[in-house]
Amino acid sequence: MEKTLDLKYTFTEKKDTRSGFGDGLLEAGRRNPNVVGLCADLTGSLKMNAFEKEFPERFFQVGIAEANMIGLAAGMTIGGKIPFTGTFANFSTGRVYDQIRQSVAYSEKNVKICASHAGLTLGEDGATHQILEDVGMMKMLPNMTVIVPCDYNQTKAATLALVNHVGPAYLRFGRPSWPIFTPADQKFEIGKAIKMIEGTDVTIFATGHLVWEAIVAEAMLREEGISAEVINIHTIKPLDEEAILTSISKTGCAVSAEEHQINGGLGDSIAQVLARKQPSPLELIGVNDSFGESGTPTQLLEKYGLNAENIVKAAKRAIARK
Amino acid sequence: MEKQSIDQLKQICSQVRRDCLRMVHAVQSGHPGAALGLTEYFVGLYFNEMKHDNKFNMDGKGEDLFFLSNGHVSALWYSVLARCGYFNTEELGTFRKLNSRLQGHPATHEGLPGIRIASGSLGQGLSVAIGAAQTKKLNNDDKLVYVMMGDGEQQEGQVWEAAMYASHHKVDNLIAAIDYNGQQIDGPTSKVMDLLNLRSKYEAFGWEVIDIKEGNDMASVVEGMAKAKSLTGKGKPVMILLYTEMGYGVDFMVGTHKWHGVAPNDEQLANALGQLEETLGDY
Repeated sequence: MEKTLDLKYTFTEKKDTRSGFGDGLLEAGRRNPNVVGLCADLTGSLKMNAFEKEFPERFFQVGIAEANMIGLAAGMTIGGKIPFTGTFANFSTGRVYDQIRQSVAYSEKNVKICASHAGLTLGEDGATHQILEDVGMMKMLPNMTVIVPCDYNQTKAATLALVNHVGPAYLRFGRPSWPIFTPADQKFEIGKAIKMIEGTDVTIFATGHLVWEAIVAEAMLREEGISAEVINIHTIKPLDEEAILTSISKTGCAVSAEEHQINGGLGDSIAQVLARKQPSPLELIGVNDSFGESGTPTQLLEKYGLNAENIVKAAKRAIARK
Repeated sequence: MEKQSIDQLKQICSQVRRDCLRMVHAVQSGHPGAALGLTEYFVGLYFNEMKHDNKFNMDGKGEDLFFLSNGHVSALWYSVLARCGYFNTEELGTFRKLNSRLQGHPATHEGLPGIRIASGSLGQGLSVAIGAAQTKKLNNDDKLVYVMMGDGEQQEGQVWEAAMYASHHKVDNLIAAIDYNGQQIDGPTSKVMDLLNLRSKYEAFGWEVIDIKEGNDMASVVEGMAKAKSLTGKGKPVMILLYTEMGYGVDFMVGTHKWHGVAPNDEQLANALGQLEETLGDY
């Protein structure tokens, strides 16, 4: 189906977003001698090997001990280091929530919590590893910045941007190979949404892997004569309220799309903005109060209602409610 | 700050104990027991052992650093910091009150000089101290990092994650101490969750372990700290098992967990202060 679509963005290569992190971290290490890396026995999975090889004295293997890793990282900031911690999203957040809350967020430490294998697209490992609540937990913490980039290039750009951002941050990315459709030389501004496609009938606010699904959905909607605007919200917190309100003023309705629980995710944040500033129809695409399961990423996005076809249906529902 | 004689340190201890009791009494909340038990160690650290600057800088480069993991001992830390000149002693009167920098448990959030990380939720301080010690190594800073933990706190799993890490990574610029008073909120540690042989445990984790058997005797504390320092730089993290008595210095508070988190009433305060000489002037 995708082959026949007239997509506004195309790709020649697929790559995992975690490789964008790994390559970004290596570049960050070269640019700034204060960047240090910590990993809890997942160096290969997080693509931190290149950093470890080039900067062995600035890489710290923590073993399977995530709580300790967060504390270490907080301590390392005292004296000017910029620690990037790496493990799966599940072990980066839920397992260590109290450590992040006290030693990082409340203490305002310059720690970058970098989390891979987030969401359903982790795939076959199943629900124990497919965390769908991490964005909610992290965005509730005062002082915490939350970033969910959409492809390899954007993840690399986000990683580099975090070096110059002072304060606690959560960077969420994933496992599967995914289209690379944003430019390699993109400017990444934390907190600044990116308008991917102009449209007039409905806005699709998407984050992470689902930005690609939103781009596919836009082409499908266009075939039916519906003009959709696609906005890439890579920073969930602080949220770019201005971009949201500007777009909704034009289109009058919206769909949010994310690989996360609806409760606590991007859609929930957008709903708050709309309720306070400009009440408008909003349909929320995300996992609806359930755990995931084993399967391929494509199968899971379909079963849990997160793919382009579901975004199209949601867009029509939103338009009908105007 | 010039090193103080044992007699001078004892005098400071008496005043610090008065401060702690008056702070907790004034707001009728806080944790006097462990604060009184750890007074000699804190006074020894800040007035004798550590090289530190009361013109506070968060990064603390070129200084010895101290982290408090069992944050409920906050009254003691605040008193010692104020008596060292990090902030005015009058501010001790704001302890645990609204809009104070002296939060119930220590925090950086309000900008109180001398505090480098929040603590209160137990088990996190050892990890933080190890991280800070590794940054000192990366920065070619030869000063030391100190951390205090509670004995009940040893029941937290994160402590052992950190213990394993510190020896593996040869963090030998670290002196940790455990307030070995044998008490926790629900009663004696031996009844709540027995720690058994802490020395053997830390030795098995690859640490150098020393005892300060008389943790409320100023001379023993100073001597033990010097010994601990002599063991740094040899490839192993150093642990002090600091034997203290909860509530030390006040006869009706000593040796019981009952004063862990209870404030004295007016009469009890008067009785307690009668046992402690005012040496530096009450705030």
